[in-house]
This record gives sequence, structure tokens and C-alpha cells, in this order.
Amino acid sequence: MRLTRDVVSGENRRKLRDISGEEVASCYQCGKCSAGCAMTGMMDLLPHQVIRLVQLGHIEEAAASRTIWLCASCLACSARCPRGVSLPNVMESLRVTLLRPGERHLDPAGLPAEVLENAPEQALVAGLRKYT
Amino acid sequence: MRTGVFVCWCGLNIGGVVDVPRVVEEISHYPGVARAVDYRYMCSDPGQQLIKDVIREERLDSVVIAACSPGMHEATFQSVAASAGVNPYRCEIANIREQCSWPHQNEPGEATRKAIELIQAAIEKVRGDEALSALSIPVTRRALIIGAGIAGMQAALDIAEAGHEVVLVERLPHIGGHMAQLSETFPTLDCSQCILTPKTSEVGRHPRIKLLTNSEVESISGYVGNFTVRIRRKATYVNWDLCTGCGLCTEKCPSRASSTFERGLVKEPAISIAFPQAVPHKPVISAEACGHFTKGKCGVCEKVCPVGAIDYQQQDALFEEKVGAIVVATGYDLHPKAKVGEYGYGVYPDVIDGLEFERLNSASGPTQGQIRRPSDGKVPKEVVFIQCVGSRDQENGYPYCSKICCMYTAKHARLYKHKVSDGQPYVFYMDIRAGGKGYEEFVQHATEEEGVLYLRGRVARVFQDGDALVVFGVDTLSGKKVEIRADMVVLATAIVPASGAKELARVLKTATDQYGFFSEAHPKLRPVESLTRGIYIAGCAQAPKDIPDTVTQAGSAAAKVLALFSAERLSHSPAVAAVDEELCSGCGVCVEACAYDARTLDTRRRVAVVNDVLCEGCGACAVACPNGATRQKNASRSQVFSMIDAVVG
Repeated sequence: MRLTRDVVSGENRRKLRDISGEEVASCYQCGKCSAGCAMTGMMDLLPHQVIRLVQLGHIEEAAASRTIWLCASCLACSARCPRGVSLPNVMESLRVTLLRPGERHLDPAGLPAEVLENAPEQALVAGLRKYT
Repeated sequence: MRTGVFVCWCGLNIGGVVDVPRVVEEISHYPGVARAVDYRYMCSDPGQQLIKDVIREERLDSVVIAACSPGMHEATFQSVAASAGVNPYRCEIANIREQCSWPHQNEPGEATRKAIELIQAAIEKVRGDEALSALSIPVTRRALIIGAGIAGMQAALDIAEAGHEVVLVERLPHIGGHMAQLSETFPTLDCSQCILTPKTSEVGRHPRIKLLTNSEVESISGYVGNFTVRIRRKATYVNWDLCTGCGLCTEKCPSRASSTFERGLVKEPAISIAFPQAVPHKPVISAEACGHFTKGKCGVCEKVCPVGAIDYQQQDALFEEKVGAIVVATGYDLHPKAKVGEYGYGVYPDVIDGLEFERLNSASGPTQGQIRRPSDGKVPKEVVFIQCVGSRDQENGYPYCSKICCMYTAKHARLYKHKVSDGQPYVFYMDIRAGGKGYEEFVQHATEEEGVLYLRGRVARVFQDGDALVVFGVDTLSGKKVEIRADMVVLATAIVPASGAKELARVLKTATDQYGFFSEAHPKLRPVESLTRGIYIAGCAQAPKDIPDTVTQAGSAAAKVLALFSAERLSHSPAVAAVDEELCSGCGVCVEACAYDARTLDTRRRVAVVNDVLCEGCGACAVACPNGATRQKNASRSQVFSMIDAVVG
């Protein structure tokens, strides 16, 4: 991993801060968020690891994780965070960075009939949001 | 003989292992024992009262206390004995805690047997104890302070303000120590010189402080209250009495020397004053660099000096001072460059240490306070700070934590950001140790408000690649290896004792640890006293510490000195060596054996003598004496043999 000032304090980092309203530099990586997160069993990165990648300026890598989509915004992490970082806001801002360019599309017509029949409606709505 | 034996339970410390009632039962039948009693806490007020009551009831002439180490409560029990009419030197301690119940916790039966034997040995010893009275010695109310950094200056001012004279010896030509080199100080970021110069000037003009700079302590003799110190004032080749500090000589000097004060970042004239606020503000000639001394040609300074103060013939001067107490405040150095090869320290000019960074950031430094790297003067845009260089590294450095680096690195990174706002500071650390008032907040401010990126991990190596220093590190928080092309690397190198600390400890006849930090008498309860009475420690001479802790310790050392000076006379243990002159052949073996210079030969009478107040009662001379002429009072041969008999017999 190569670090430069453009990566660490560059445009991407600033943009994310603007969207989320969160200063991830406050995080001192204690891990309390991950310790209490109900979804960690499904996650590829623990919540505090996502924050760490953002601190390092590696936003794309953070945004590529499953974790940001598994976050249910239950706020257990932010309620406990000793540094006042709202992780759900950061997760949302990472999702937004993927959604804003509008490059990903879910074509409901292209889904197999089996999926369309069995998938819960909420999953389809969420899928449309994620890939729209 | 009527001996009383008092066995302490020390709660469960002794009583949980040793069968105390059985010990009391056995000991009460031992010859010479008038009564044996036990009590839960013998050191408590009721415990002490019990001892006094039994002494009176049984009309005791000696007591044995079976309890903790004599290092803890010997003085307590001696004074209890004395208050009830028993000579305090006929009070013996049998240590059945540190030497019995603690190490033998899993063998209670054997521990009980050993406790009985230790008490029997103590009874045998007390049987032969003479009734002695403490020795009384006078006090010279004058202090010597070695080292005039912030620790030495603070101790000097506190003692001088209390009305006593102070001799303050500093080996550099100026006072102020490392604090004079610092640009700003954490956690308030106030300018170091601004808070230091009021102290340096006060020391410089104080009527009761005799300041000897460019001087070193050569030898010390005597003992607490009565030391004689020989001090060498090294030649400066400038008559400071005449010199006005105008600086003309420095301006005109054609020779150049590497500046120690500037950490070698610049050259300075061979005759120079280290920094503008130096106290005393007088120049010194570096004989290694001066043209007059090296080539025998130049004499420019002598010609330009308007008051004729240059004196190439000046010699070292020797002084002798009488003092009653000594404060060691010799400070620290940084881990040597040669030992940090993997970071190219000492090879690449842009790999610098913390003090060099201080000079770069200092308004009076080589760059007038602009952050410019040493190699080409470029403003560095990517700066890597590496902590724990040599510290917490028992294989290549030292196992200890240097304590101040976490804070000064945070300070450096913040100060760098203040001056290079578009630059990026990175800090490689293992743990951030920011215990102290306002310290944690100071470090958090660096990450939160100033954009300092902390990376948890050590750096493996640093190497030059074209214009950049490539840093290979790791961020263990993300589990990723990290590569940074830095413009400058700042190493938080380990704090080590000032050069010559071990040699000075030998001169003072006191102890250091294996690294050369002066040993305190007790790490918690006697932190400013050395192992030698009358010698105190302050500042980094003892261990790495920051300015607030140093000032606190210096004040505490001064308080100890003042307490010593407040006594009319000092008392000294009378349990010292004595010589039977009939038996002494004057061979001098005892003189060699003595570690305290307490033994000398009276050449006229051809017998060895003991200086009572220097003798620490260690017994080395008594053991060494080939014809049994030296006797250790209250530890005689017959006492020792009967103690052994009591244990093995």
C-alpha cells in the first residue's frame, strides 16, 4: 500500500467527509464498534477496518467491501463509540459514493423468474437502490 | 539475658503460611527468652504498645522482632525498644516474611521450621549485641549540583532561595541543558526559551549560586554532610572576567567547527557562544578547530578583542569545594547514530533525530525556524516520524520505554503542520503513551484537527531513491504493508544516560543501573535519594522523563537537601567496624577491601584505622583481615558462629 499526501488527505477523503459529516480521523481504532456489531459474522471487513481504510485514504477499497451493504444502521456502534464517530453515516457515505455515479444498474426484467418469485419485495427494493 | 520475642502475623502474609502459635510455643522455651508473644500487626500502634508493655513487665534487656524485612520497620521497632528503655542496638529483626513466608508459600511446614531457626539465630545475635549509641556528625550547609539543565537549575534555585549556598557545576560552557535546544514544549506549545530564560538568568545572577560552567567534577571524598569536591574548570582560552560578550571575535573568526548545540547541522566559528540567550554569555575557543592551536598561525580574535580577553595560554583550573549534600542532575543523550543502520541514520542527511528537528524548528536554529531539510534546503512535503528507535527494543537497543517520545513526536508533527500546511506528517508508533495532564488530548488533537496520520507498526528500513527516502513500514491496524516516499525522516531515538554517567557514579561511589541511569534508593518511596546518603538524583539522570516530571523531582531533591540542612547534627549508625590495635599488623588488606574509603592506614603507628562516619557496616574489612584484628560491632565472629549453630546445630 503506497501512501502519499494526495491519498491520505486528498479529494476523495474530503468528499467523503462532506457527504458523511463525519471526521474519521477521530477514530483511534479501539474496535468497540466491531465488538458490538450484530452483523460481523457476514462481513468481510470489520466495521473498524472499514474506518481504518478511510483514514488511510483507501476509499475505493473500503467501498468495495460487503460490509457497507450489510450495515443495518442499527446505531449500536455509534451509540457506544468513545470518539463520537457515527459509523452508519460513514457506511452510508461509502454507499453513496458508489451510487452517485449511477454506473450500476439492476434490470428487473433480466432476473430469473425463480428469483423474482421467491425474493422478498424488500430485497428487490434494496437491490434496485444498490444497483441504480 | 532477658530477651523478648515478638512474632508478627502480618495479616496473612506471614500467618497464612507460618504456623505462628507453634513458633511462639517453641521459641518461648529457647534459652534466654523471657517471653514470646504474637500479634496480628506488630507495626500497628497496639502492636507497638504490646512490645513496650512486655519490655516493662518482663524487665527485658533485648528484643527480637520476627516480622518483615529490616528495610521496612527496623527503625520503627528500634525506636519502640528505645522508648521502653532497651538500647535500640539490642533490637534485632528476624525477617520471616521476605525470607520465609513469601518464598515458601507452598511448604508451610518447612516455612514454620525455618521461621523458628531464623528467630533462634536472631536471639543468638542479640545475645552478643553491645549497647551502642548513634554517632553524631556535623553538616556543611552548602550543596553541590552536578548538571545545569532544567533539573539542576530548579534544584539550585530552590536550595538557594531557602538561604543556602549552591555550587552549580556544568560541563558545557552554558547552562540550560537540552531544554535550551528545544523549540516548543508539549502539551502547551509554549516556546522553550521563553519559559527557560527566566530561570537561566535567575541562576546567572543569584547571589547564593556559584556557577561553574565548562567544568567537571573530578573527585569527591567525605560523607554525608561533609563532602570535599574537586572540580576542574576546563580552559576556555577567554578571560571571562574581562570579556563583555560583544561577539566581535565570533564575527571575525576565520575557522569553523561543527556546532554541538546545533547537533552538527551547521558549522560555527571556532570561537563562539552557543546561542543568543546563553548564560553566561561568553565565548569559548574550540582548540580542535582554532587556527591558533591547530596551525599556530591565526590570532584574529586576540587582535579584534577590544578588552584583551583572549588568553591562548589559559590552563585548566582546579577548585576545591566543601559541601554537605550533592544533587546529580546530569541529564541524557540520544541513542547514537551508528546504531540505527536500517534507517540510514548518520548516512542520509535527511534522516534526523528529534533534537535536530527541534533545531530546524527553532527561531535561533540553522534555518531560522523554517522547516527545510538538511540535504538541499527543500521544504519537505512528506515527513515520516518513527517512534521507538532503540527504545523497547531489547535486541538492538534498550528494553525500556523512553517515555517522552510519544509526546514530542506528536508535538513535532503538529509544529510541522503549522509551518507546512500542505505537507503530510506520518507517525509510525507501537503504542501511544500519553499519560499526563493534557497529554492524551494533545495527541488526539494531532490526528483529529491537524491531519497527522498515525500508523501502528515499526518501520523495517529506510533507503534513498533519487530525491526521496523510501520508507518500508506496516500498518498493523489494517494489516497492510506501507510504502512512503518521504522527503525527510525524523527518528525518535532512545533516551540514554549522559555520556560519563557511569564514571561519575564511580566517583560519587553510588550506583547506576546497567544502562547508566542513577539508581534510586527505593523506586516508589525514596525516588530522589541515591543509594549513598547525602547524594540525591533529579531529572533524566535517573530515568527518561519530561520537563514537568523533571522539575517536580528537582524540587523534591531540593526539599531532601533542605531537610538534611535543617538538622543541627546528623546521626550515623554506630554498628561499624572497629580495630583491635594489639592484633593489627598494619598490612592494609582492610583498606583495599573497603568500598567506602572508610579504612586508612596510620603510617606512624602502623595500624589500620576506621573512619566511623564513612563506615557503612558492611563487614568486608572484618572478613578480609588476616589476623582477626578488625571486628564488626554487633556482628562479631562469635555472634555469627552462634547464629550458624542456631540454624544448623
